[in-house]
Amino acid sequence: MKKNAFVIKQISVFSENKPGRLAAIAKALQEEKINILAFSIAEADGFGVVRALVDKPHKAHEKLGKLGFNAAFTDVIAVRMKDEPGGLHEIARVLGEGKINIEYAYAYSGKEGAVLILRVDNVESAITAIQKGGGTLLESSLFQ
Amino acid sequence: MMGPWDPRIEEMPREDLKRLQYRLLKTRISYLYSFSPFYHHRMEETHVHPDDIKNLEDIRKLPFMYKRDLRDNYPDKLFVATQDELVRYHVSSGTTGKPTVVGYTERDLENWTISLARGLVSCGLGRGDVMQVSYGYGLFTGGLGLHYGAERIGATVLPTSVGNTERQIELMQDLKTTAIACTPSYLLHMGEVAEKMGVSIKKDTLLRTGILGAEPWSEQMRQRIQDWLGIRAYDIYGTSELSGPMFCECTEQKGFHVWGDLAYVEILDPETLEPLPSGERGEMVITMLQKEALPLIRYRIGDISAIDDSVCACGRTHPRVQRITGRVDDMLIIRGINVFPSQIEYTLMSIPEVGQHFQIIVDRKGALDDMLVQVEVNKDAFSDKITDLMGIRKKVEHRLRNILNVAVDVELVEPGSLPRFEGKAKRVIDRRKI
Repeated sequence: MKKNAFVIKQISVFSENKPGRLAAIAKALQEEKINILAFSIAEADGFGVVRALVDKPHKAHEKLGKLGFNAAFTDVIAVRMKDEPGGLHEIARVLGEGKINIEYAYAYSGKEGAVLILRVDNVESAITAIQKGGGTLLESSLFQ
Repeated sequence: MMGPWDPRIEEMPREDLKRLQYRLLKTRISYLYSFSPFYHHRMEETHVHPDDIKNLEDIRKLPFMYKRDLRDNYPDKLFVATQDELVRYHVSSGTTGKPTVVGYTERDLENWTISLARGLVSCGLGRGDVMQVSYGYGLFTGGLGLHYGAERIGATVLPTSVGNTERQIELMQDLKTTAIACTPSYLLHMGEVAEKMGVSIKKDTLLRTGILGAEPWSEQMRQRIQDWLGIRAYDIYGTSELSGPMFCECTEQKGFHVWGDLAYVEILDPETLEPLPSGERGEMVITMLQKEALPLIRYRIGDISAIDDSVCACGRTHPRVQRITGRVDDMLIIRGINVFPSQIEYTLMSIPEVGQHFQIIVDRKGALDDMLVQVEVNKDAFSDKITDLMGIRKKVEHRLRNILNVAVDVELVEPGSLPRFEGKAKRVIDRRKI
């Protein structure tokens, strides 16, 4: 399995920190029938970044760009976790031992288990470390 | 390269030009002393008589005129022509109080047109050019001024006026516009709209010259416009009181030539009102040497600039005034420090991560003035990492602080969210209640 099969295109959108901005982004995605698989909002003073894994990232990027949003792709990876105590620790330990720095992360747990989405400083070595440590990475084709 | 429109005047030896200016000044002052009750009174108040004007330097003995004189004498009490001698009115938007009415005799219109004909030729325009005039037509002087100036030099005028930007871009392509006259902010807006339409002004149009004015802009903005749109951008200067847009840069792009037979410019220290040497920034004071209907003598126009008295590389002997770097009355005082919005523009233009649009919001928090500058993050600079975005903000804050000597808060906003201006840009919102 090639490593880049595990690299997932996350869509990131710059947003002012004020009422209605998330609704505007969500409406745009709805109009294009784009499904959001996971998302998070990071906030700073006065602005934020909306990050989402969607089923049609290129379509989302095009639509948001047309509406004047500042949108970009970011490479992230998704790791399956055991949905039980210690599940996160297992993955985090592997990354720590592999000297991989996590820039940010968010997670979801659903019917098929729990998933940790990560932006790391070095995607390739993160993938290697996780595979060596016995972790399971989700392929981007599962989402997109 | 074409020669000047009127080489006899434009390349007149400096000494001859000074003699001509003195004769015109003396004639004007004698006339006004006799026929302008307003200026007669003002000369009496300052104990000056036309006989006291014995050379060009004696202009310094003459009393000033102010914007408020025009307002106080609304609509036409300063005119020295009767209504039946007037062929046109223009009215300036009264952003501060009453509007200002300017009347024109036939000769006033002719001098205005000639001034622009010289300027447009000096930046390489002429027969064969298609000039899109995207300044407002009507009471505002920009549209009609450039219209007649461009017609005079044999260019083909496309009088689009302001607005309906998508149609303007279509016409620019269909009618092969080679030159445009508009505000720099409107041209930037056009560039953005064109890109949304899938049109590159650089690649898909024949536009090569921009005659840009009616609002202050910076050298950085010129570079950005030239690189982005693939044109040469020239500064044009004027206000309705002077007739309208009057003086334009030549191909050297080193300030606009003020035609000495039409106007005499002084640069004074704003505090002492003493003349400043060539190259030093100060308050610009203008005397119109031939203006008939609405005379202007030592008019405190309120713009800050510097003059370059050396003979231009283009061969024209008339002095050049550097681009306007601020307004005496636009100046903001933030915690006791003088701040010109143009300094902020100048600084932002040198930071590639932020866009060319900005807004300044001044407020008072407790006893302290608080200045917030909103800027748009450029698409190329957008990072998904909050720390990178915070870094951009810090960088802008740091640069502004260094230039302005006062701490500034910066807010990053979404691209396209700051107001675009089709006329004069209003970039300062002052919420202080003093």
